[in-house]
Amino acid sequence: MKDKTIRELEDQAEKIRESIILMLEKAGSGHAAGPLGMADIMTALYFRVLRYDPKDPDWPERDIFFMSNGHCAPVQYATMAHAGYFPKKELLTLREYGSRLQGHPERTTLPGLENTSGPLGSGLSQGAGMALALKLDSSNNRHIYLTMSDGELDEGNIWEAALFASKYQLNNLTAIIDRNNIQIDGPTEKVMPLEDLRDKWESFGWHVQEVDGHNIEAIVDACAMARAVSEKPSVIIAHTIPGKGVHFMEGDFHWHSGAPDHKHTLEALHELRSLKGKVIYD
Amino acid sequence: MIEPDIRKEPIKAGYGRGLLKAAQDDKQVIGLCADLAESTGMGKFRDEFPERFIEVGVAEQNLVTVASGMAKMDKVPFASSYAAFCPGRCWEQIRTTICLNNQNVKIVGSHAGLGVGPDGATHQMLEDIALMRVLPNMQVFAPADSVEAEKITLAIAKTKSPSYLRLSRQEVPVFTHPNTKFVIGEGIKLKDGHQITILSTGTATWHALQAGHILKEHGIDAEVLHFPTIKPLDRELIIQSATKTKRFITVEDHQISGGFGSAVTEVISESYPIPVVRIGVEDEFGQSGTPEELFMHYGITSTNIVKKAQQLIQKTS
Repeated sequence: MKDKTIRELEDQAEKIRESIILMLEKAGSGHAAGPLGMADIMTALYFRVLRYDPKDPDWPERDIFFMSNGHCAPVQYATMAHAGYFPKKELLTLREYGSRLQGHPERTTLPGLENTSGPLGSGLSQGAGMALALKLDSSNNRHIYLTMSDGELDEGNIWEAALFASKYQLNNLTAIIDRNNIQIDGPTEKVMPLEDLRDKWESFGWHVQEVDGHNIEAIVDACAMARAVSEKPSVIIAHTIPGKGVHFMEGDFHWHSGAPDHKHTLEALHELRSLKGKVIYD
Repeated sequence: MIEPDIRKEPIKAGYGRGLLKAAQDDKQVIGLCADLAESTGMGKFRDEFPERFIEVGVAEQNLVTVASGMAKMDKVPFASSYAAFCPGRCWEQIRTTICLNNQNVKIVGSHAGLGVGPDGATHQMLEDIALMRVLPNMQVFAPADSVEAEKITLAIAKTKSPSYLRLSRQEVPVFTHPNTKFVIGEGIKLKDGHQITILSTGTATWHALQAGHILKEHGIDAEVLHFPTIKPLDRELIIQSATKTKRFITVEDHQISGGFGSAVTEVISESYPIPVVRIGVEDEFGQSGTPEELFMHYGITSTNIVKKAQQLIQKTS
């Protein structure tokens, strides 16, 4: 799996996007823009960066990854299915009664999910707690990765965690911010301005990198750099296009939440596939 | 009557001893605090296990979420603050990251109840039992004295479940016995009786026990039951006593709505409906004063329990 070329990883990300569209259409609700925008980040993580074994989800030497921004669950589930945690056909049970794929991720329902999330702002503290526990155990080969949304940074809990992780020099913690500039009520800089984001994190004592969140190679490299940093926790600000790959969703905060109907689904799949030269959706 | 020169001790001293012992027994036990190490009773633990003492600063949301993350990695975190701030400030984080996520975190809320005294209403947490007992997966405990606090601390360190331990600030008489076995989910019969039952939790139990003895002097044979575990509640003991005495008085240093008395009435109304009078704070906030003045003002005293018991017996005879 880790032998895939960057080109193959890009194809993988497109397949994950297709799954997201199909899952959301079937579910009839959920979030579209964030998951599509994060598909490249998730592909980089699950197909290149993370150490894990889908056949042994509790493997004691694995890295830990979870999304603090639990509303982007569709991309978490789709990526896990493509990585071999469970059959892809189960993706179509998203949000259904009795499904393991709850509307927001629940650790206790699906092996391989490391955390329960949805209410924003708690994940960074939880990741910091996990990283600190690893340090107490001198478990130096494992690493904690998590993603956050940019709107999530409005939460005070995040900045409590930022102080804390810096104090304890948690260099085994890497947080990736999905910097897509939208949140439910509009553009982030209008709802609650976050810039200068780099300065904020640097002033809190973090190692900061900024990457194109659709450049898989750049994401992989940034994660490698983050893993090499000593004495500081790392944050990677990944600039993404919300709804990436589907033109009518791209950059439109109205698609932050909401599922595509059948017409939109056909159009979206057509676009995603035409990127790879497959013009017709059957 | 219980001897007036009985030894008194703040409840946190028992928690502190329990935490230290639990940490000596199990290297996974860690302590987290939000800038209140000494006043929550964690001082000795901090001094003996500095590397396992985590200081998060004045940040209660961070306190419980860091604890959640550490529990995920098999640590047994005890997260302590004043009850007004934790669970007061961070209920949603407790709900999502500890209860729904089912992580083995022990939340210790000290300075609960009116006994905080002069600090006033902001710091007198009277809603924490209600907040915690509605949460699935959460166990809730309120010890009567420092000896029991130590036992509960050791017991919850050994169980794999989210737990809330409610502690009062003031010095209280040490009247439970070190040899009495504490079992999670079991109530304790402190005095047998057949005319009325006084049920209580936490430090209110001292007043309940006193009331039981005073009532005896007045020719009323009251049963006194103490519930160090509020959730899971000992339904069997409650129903057993209800069948016998057919009259209940509940006592707690907490709002009467949503708290211990409410929990008792939930059991009784479903299984064996009898008259219940709840004593506690009645839909208002506390205020500054000495603990004694405040307990007097809000009626959490043996005198008031006796009065309410006599009235109830008169009304139902």
